[in-house]
Amino acid sequence: MTYKLREVPVSTANSRIVFDALKSSGVRLMSALPETWLVHLIRQADEDPDVTLVRLAKEEEGVGISMGAHLAGVKSAMLMQNHGFLAAINGIVSGAQLYRIPLLMLISDRGSFGERDPWQTEGGAVTESVLSALRIPVMRLSDPARVAYQIREAQTLAHSSNKPVALLLTRDLMWEDA
Amino acid sequence: MTRIDALRAVYDRLDRSAVVTIMGAVAAELQSIGHRPNFFYLQHAMGLASSVGLGIALSKPNVPVVVFDGDGSVLMNLGGLSTLARYKPSNLLHVVFDNESLLSVGGFPTATGTCTRLAEVAAAAGVPRTACATTLDEFVREFAAAQQAKELTTLVAKVDAVGPSAFVTDLGLLENRFQFQRYLQGR
Repeated sequence: MTYKLREVPVSTANSRIVFDALKSSGVRLMSALPETWLVHLIRQADEDPDVTLVRLAKEEEGVGISMGAHLAGVKSAMLMQNHGFLAAINGIVSGAQLYRIPLLMLISDRGSFGERDPWQTEGGAVTESVLSALRIPVMRLSDPARVAYQIREAQTLAHSSNKPVALLLTRDLMWEDA
Repeated sequence: MTRIDALRAVYDRLDRSAVVTIMGAVAAELQSIGHRPNFFYLQHAMGLASSVGLGIALSKPNVPVVVFDGDGSVLMNLGGLSTLARYKPSNLLHVVFDNESLLSVGGFPTATGTCTRLAEVAAAAGVPRTACATTLDEFVREFAAAQQAKELTTLVAKVDAVGPSAFVTDLGLLENRFQFQRYLQGR
């Protein structure tokens, strides 16, 4: 499959580090809804025969798919923008939290310092507060050298607690034009 | 046709399938017929039963999966039909009980009672097999045919807007969830 991507300075190398770390932590199914920062990650998932990529119409579906995958013994991850996380909240609360499902959420942290797109800025301002209100543990991924370790730690906590955890993909990690 | 009669009529055909239901009347009625370890009742997260079914079907391609959905739930996740169709798991049978109302919360009418035809929506979304059954015989025949077909099917069953008097049962949500997970581990 070929892609016609807008030329954007998203880090291919750091996307690969994130993808490889997800695979090393056992993830075999990824659900995703495209956004600029995720283009390389989604392409890498699509090209890897060991990973099932599920392209969503809306992020909340991904919670249901991850629930089913977990019950069926497959580790999964959700790739989404923070606005996608906001769109998925009822599924997270009344699906993953109610039923104690480990949910590894990788959320691109749009709308924080350095953001040029005006439409991203409200979401950026509330993401961490909403995660905190939902009592979802969160770590920021900014240093490529620590990404593999942080993803492993997040996966471990998700499975020991049987609960959602969030990793914020930051501008420092994903964007090369910072 | 009533939903409970439809469930009774196919109950014996569920023993080899992982079954996912929506909340409310469907979950309570199936439990009243008889709970089994291969039944999972998604008692909230409205709209996501078909997504849970998709996650199971993709993860366990050799296990037949049956989802018992409802018109109100499908309307909350219409995009999910396009995702089902996109991946077309051949082991997924998606049944939609369409009573044209949100029965569990007072019977308010949904759009399927006035204009929206869900089997056609599913077909237009790309689901390869679709059918709409209005009688019990037709439903049983279509259900059996879908299980034989081994192709993603959305089967809409037009049912009366009647249900049980209570929806809470003595099966704990987490008890059900862990039991179902253990059942799937053995498949």
